[in-house]
Amino acid sequence: MRDVFIIGVGMNDWGELWELSLRTIWTQAALAALADAGVDHVDAMTVGCMSGGLFVGQEHLGALLADELGMAGIPATRVESACASGGVALRTGFLEVASGISDVVLVTGVEKMTDCSGDEATAALATAADQEWEVFPGATFPGLYAMMARAHMATWGTTREQLAMVAVKNHGNGLHNPHAQYRRAVTVEEVLNATVVADPLTVLECSPITDGAAAVVLADGETARRLAKGRPLVRIAGVGLATDRMALHNRSDLAALPAVTKAAQKAYAMAGITPQQVHVAEVHDCFTIAEIMIIEALGFVPVGRGGPATQAGETARGGRIPVNPSGGLKAKGHPVGATGVAQAVELTLQLRGEAGPRQVEKARIGLAQNMGGTGASSVVHILEVIP
Amino acid sequence: MTAPTPARLTREFPARYRLEGGRCLACGAIVYPQRLVCPACGGREFAPHRLSNRGTVKTFTIIHVAGSAFKQQVPYILAVVALEGGGTLTCELTDLVDQQPEIGMAVELQFRRVQEDGEAGVIAYGHKAVPL
Repeated sequence: MRDVFIIGVGMNDWGELWELSLRTIWTQAALAALADAGVDHVDAMTVGCMSGGLFVGQEHLGALLADELGMAGIPATRVESACASGGVALRTGFLEVASGISDVVLVTGVEKMTDCSGDEATAALATAADQEWEVFPGATFPGLYAMMARAHMATWGTTREQLAMVAVKNHGNGLHNPHAQYRRAVTVEEVLNATVVADPLTVLECSPITDGAAAVVLADGETARRLAKGRPLVRIAGVGLATDRMALHNRSDLAALPAVTKAAQKAYAMAGITPQQVHVAEVHDCFTIAEIMIIEALGFVPVGRGGPATQAGETARGGRIPVNPSGGLKAKGHPVGATGVAQAVELTLQLRGEAGPRQVEKARIGLAQNMGGTGASSVVHILEVIP
Repeated sequence: MTAPTPARLTREFPARYRLEGGRCLACGAIVYPQRLVCPACGGREFAPHRLSNRGTVKTFTIIHVAGSAFKQQVPYILAVVALEGGGTLTCELTDLVDQQPEIGMAVELQFRRVQEDGEAGVIAYGHKAVPL
């Protein structure tokens, strides 16, 4: 298997982009990544997108977007794993370069979520859960995470204030990200007193509806070194993908995310590192409780200690293991198919030392964790910088 | 989108109306609804198994922002219920009078109307949990 490097990154400014279409925001991100890499052609591309069909009524995104980029003719594949579509698209591109089938692959993610009504977006997102046995009896996505939150609170004593601190931290980080949807600080009181969506989660504990796209260019070692132009090389050192029982009610422990642990263990083994060697992480904080459960599942903190660790500032930008310096899904936004790719964009900037005011000092190893549904799929990438 | 069609409703009658699942002949695991492969051991032979209608609440939430089929019902309680003798499901928890929902609460499943008329014009029934 060949080494795989990220040689270019790009994303557009995320938000409610009523004036722009899916194809336009996607092309903005793709062009930015190609320019950053210094290439004008790729051998193939992948598109992570959860549901072009439900959000904008458009499928067949591989061909559509290759055409939009002036590259009709190349192999182009749309990849779907609900909210983990972007991360799985990255893994698909990684496998393509690692196998030797392609030397340069454009990996992208996109979701255009504001072309439909709020009800339609809610219904589209709910397709990431079991339609027949969770959504039919009344589950919503925030509702399922709220049930996980209550299980975690009952099992480990996690408090509502600790949950709120995840949102406070990530909004604070988002202040320094020019691409973020929300660049506004929030307080614990604001989070706790916001409108309840699904008890105990308030609207300020839920990631927003976002239009956005992100892209990275992958290449083999020879190509990466030729195009480096003095910049440090960023290598994908480890990859892991895992699944779990689809419906939350079929899992034995409602306060744990075993697919995240399995995916991470594969990635740690491939990279030859332990969780304690990670300097910076971007994780899937679709809801505040998710980040707390994820940092436990990744082994950053002991199981059950996600709440106290967050409260103690261990995951803050200057903390022991900075989590979501980009602002995370909470503040940066969550265009579902784009999120996993945007995590790799952020980590690449961090590892190159190009993250500006949100730079994590001396970050040499980064971890990205992207998740589908209530944790029925999860993908982990470990990136390392080679000076 | 979630409004079930008549064909789908009909094929889901055994599980939805009668709580019919299966018991894996190899390992004894209870599956609900019936399926072809046991998720616990990979077994492919099952005996018919009717779930108990009694169980306990494993976790719950109170939903304030609902999908279109449940808009008229907010706020409503949704719970994961573990049934006596095996099997778990997600369902509404209702009929609480002067009572707060809590983890560990003993409940009984009752046959109720679950969704308003969908696009296909059919009424969808199923089970909801009520306190014992």
